[in-house]
Amino acid sequence: MMRMQPDSEFQGTPVSGSAAPIAIELSEASVTFGRGARAVPALSTTSLRIADGEFVALVGPSGCGKSTILRLVSGLVQPTSGVVIVGGREVAARALRVGMAFQNPTMLPWMSIERNIMLPLKIVEPFRSQFRKLRKTEFRDKANALLEQVGLKGFGNRYPWQLSGGMLQRANLCRALIHEPRMLLLDEPFGALDQFTREELWSILQDLWIAHKPTVLLVTHDLREAAFLGSRICVMSARPGRILDDSRVDFARPRTVAMTFEPDFVALNQKLRAFIVDARTASARGAA
Amino acid sequence: MPELDYRQKAWSAALIVLFFVAWELFCLISGMSDLVLPRPSQVFVTLVEKFPILWPHILQTLATTMIGFVLGVGLGVVLGAVIGVSKTAYDTAYPLLVGFSSIPKVAVVPIFVLWFGSGSVPAVLTALSICFFPIVVNIATGLATTEPELEDVLKALGASKFDILWNVGLPRTMPFFFASLKVAISYAFVGAVLSETVASNRGIGNVMMTASSNFNVPLVFAGLFVLAGLGVALYVIFSVIEGRVTGWATRKNDMIAT
Repeated sequence: MMRMQPDSEFQGTPVSGSAAPIAIELSEASVTFGRGARAVPALSTTSLRIADGEFVALVGPSGCGKSTILRLVSGLVQPTSGVVIVGGREVAARALRVGMAFQNPTMLPWMSIERNIMLPLKIVEPFRSQFRKLRKTEFRDKANALLEQVGLKGFGNRYPWQLSGGMLQRANLCRALIHEPRMLLLDEPFGALDQFTREELWSILQDLWIAHKPTVLLVTHDLREAAFLGSRICVMSARPGRILDDSRVDFARPRTVAMTFEPDFVALNQKLRAFIVDARTASARGAA
Repeated sequence: MPELDYRQKAWSAALIVLFFVAWELFCLISGMSDLVLPRPSQVFVTLVEKFPILWPHILQTLATTMIGFVLGVGLGVVLGAVIGVSKTAYDTAYPLLVGFSSIPKVAVVPIFVLWFGSGSVPAVLTALSICFFPIVVNIATGLATTEPELEDVLKALGASKFDILWNVGLPRTMPFFFASLKVAISYAFVGAVLSETVASNRGIGNVMMTASSNFNVPLVFAGLFVLAGLGVALYVIFSVIEGRVTGWATRKNDMIAT
């Protein structure tokens, strides 16, 4: 099933109605953890295509396998069956260099913020081999330019314990983007923040996406967040998860928090909510 | 808070002086024989008088301690790294290590003497075997507590196990490591002296044994003072190094490793 396209990484069959090449493709992929009697199905057979530069939000009841899809795409988990193709190649960890961010910002306490943000450059080629030479000049400027974009100008030489949770999460986004990944995988990045900080960070993430145009896969519990950020929303069923609904969100960008109170937006939220409520009751009935 | 710091240090110094003054007064008032408990002033006089004789023994004890310590740290770091990186190794090796560390090391000295004869070798081995365990435990703990999310972030970037160990695991282990060095150096010291006491003809431990069989009690106490002084000196050296290398950990109150 390996797609042979040595010349161009991002060529593939266009998604219907879109000319952009495919960045991520799950075909009939499923994941089961453990074996035999102890096997736990985490993701039932799922197919999903995401075009290059798309912003896809994944929502669903908790434990439904949203994070499993992220881990599949990042190569941290291998599919039990089916195929996962990312950037035109079958997924093997080591080759992808995607940017990831989780709810826990995991900044290293012994490094300043700018050095924390530069950590991926120490790992990923072509930056890795130039790291010693450029860490005090070009790379540091790069880190500070990103910090400025997320409103943390001048915080580069602070240490993580000197920053609030919201600031750390912004730095976390910078770290995920510093090596210019074509793909950004976010697992409930704003889950631990208060409402106002979260809304502020939605706008920042939207700006980053507009500026850098990576393909984004965002896992979230927050339906408003999904509708605010996503160009497309996939709703998943309860465990073992599968995709129940896949729809585009066509609100104009840049979106504002005020827009989230308009009737169209509220209607979309209610539609999504209904899907998840159904999924939860279905799984409750299944369990009983 | 420098002001508070100085006051703290003044109190510490006062307490030490007070301790010796009280001891001196107690001996004078109760008319205690110096065969039982010599006055600290007598001990200091003995210490100064006998210093030329004590000096080679001090060097001997320091040498065996440091050799045992360095070997123990080496062994401890390697074992700790293996156990900390692999969950299987952790679960498998832990019971054995705990069992080994529970053996009172006094009981092991005769075995070392049986194998290697009396002298420096059993002292080094005792120091080693007593000091490596806290290092193993601390290194293993430091490595095992790396955040899984961060590991995922780095793996998704294509980082190798070594990249993660080098950039995250080892630096994160440093506060644990240096905290354990302070403990280990004291342990190594105890181990070396213990072995010298049982089976050696050199070292402070041996001096104290000989002195006590000659009822030269002030010399026994002089030996104790030397040991205490060396112990404090070694502890301070490693505390200073710790402060330099891992200052980041003590600034964050929830990360203080003891």
